[in-house]
Amino acid sequence: MTNNQGEVTHELEPPLAMLAELTHRCPLQCPYCSNPTALSSRSDELDTAEWADVLSQAASLGVLQVHLSGGEPTARKDLAAIILAAKEVGIYTNLITAGVLLTRSRLEEYKDAGLNHVQISIQDSEAANANRIGNYANGHRRKLEAARLVRALGLPLTINAVVHRQNLDHLPQIIALAHALDAQRLEIANVQYYGWALKNRAVLMPTREQVERATAVAKAATEEYRGRLAIDYVVPDYYARRPKRCMDGWGSRYFAVNPRGFVLPCHAAESITGMEFSCLREHSLEWIWKNDPAFNRFRGTDWMPEPCRSCSFKEKDLGGCRCQAFALTGDAAATDPVCEFSPHHQEMAALVAADSAPTEPRYIYRH
Amino acid sequence: MAKGDQLSLSLRPQLANFVRLQHDDARNRWVLQAPERVLVLDDTGKDIVDRFDGKATLGEIIDTLVAEYDAPRDVIDHDVRAVVGLLEEKRFLRTEADDDK
Repeated sequence: MTNNQGEVTHELEPPLAMLAELTHRCPLQCPYCSNPTALSSRSDELDTAEWADVLSQAASLGVLQVHLSGGEPTARKDLAAIILAAKEVGIYTNLITAGVLLTRSRLEEYKDAGLNHVQISIQDSEAANANRIGNYANGHRRKLEAARLVRALGLPLTINAVVHRQNLDHLPQIIALAHALDAQRLEIANVQYYGWALKNRAVLMPTREQVERATAVAKAATEEYRGRLAIDYVVPDYYARRPKRCMDGWGSRYFAVNPRGFVLPCHAAESITGMEFSCLREHSLEWIWKNDPAFNRFRGTDWMPEPCRSCSFKEKDLGGCRCQAFALTGDAAATDPVCEFSPHHQEMAALVAADSAPTEPRYIYRH
Repeated sequence: MAKGDQLSLSLRPQLANFVRLQHDDARNRWVLQAPERVLVLDDTGKDIVDRFDGKATLGEIIDTLVAEYDAPRDVIDHDVRAVVGLLEEKRFLRTEADDDK
């Protein structure tokens, strides 16, 4: 859209989807956990009525989908009530779970409450490595049982595999496992390096050769499994020359709500130190979406410094990822260093090369 | 060649079980929802998808809409095939693999 000076302007649209981080509690301790490094405690969590209110406000604002996540959302005893609250206001529900706490009776409860879809994460295709990554004995076996239970109850299933140097070579086996589990969809997500993952980058960063092999495997499998298993593979951007259009634009379509009711433009936004967010215990969701300075900070393109400001790609990639820019340069407003036009792009290449070098897989587990 | 041109008239389209047809009140439009995907339908698209019950064949759906819209068959044929082709590409339809279960 352009104004009468011929400049591109951005009209604020309502959000489409929200990520509800119901709790930070989780039995697993994955070293790339997307939760912040300072975790919320149980006593600070929004209660059932507060979540029901958030979902109702979200629906009124235009939200169509909620991803019920955490931490581990099934650690909350009131999850069925929260699913029901979403259903009652017409929001599509997707449960994002590690699966290790799922039982048939719980899953039946969620289904009866109106759950639309389940996504179960796996750490690897083989138990020993998977359990070591999650630091949870028997986790892998329990995940496989949970996945079978989901399908036995007729619920649709996505398997989510977070990939990195310690499991990327097992991608063919991971794909075969997702198909064997009768999942409709497999999401292959490369680790994003902020928060916990940043602390573990030297153990997790894949080599360029690994990424190239995996990309070829994913491409071939997408064809091979067409009509049987949908494969979504997101190419990791640290070996790229142009940044990703992160979140489809900051404060554009999505927001996340953390366990304490703070509303974030991206689930990783708390990794940007110094940035302050607003809480649903003090403001309405509509006020936050429209007025919160944190949401307005990186909306559109007016905030951009050079080289983004005069770049012809600025509308396409919107300057890349703010959390990645902060993690790598200390400045959240900087051009994402993945971009070849960033003055930090060469440092990025050196860093990736150094961090993908072989090491003992000693993780700093989430704690 | 447009998407869906090759589809058999005996196909019985049905939405996949994770896809939900829903009115988007805030934006006054019809959408199909799947995890992390929202597909906007125009009025014709909505009328077509309404007839995906897994029983009616593509040919029967076209017949019904030709009668209902009082429109030329080639126009309706093209529209229906375009919608089915798009949904198939987006993997929003039940597949033969689903039927085997």
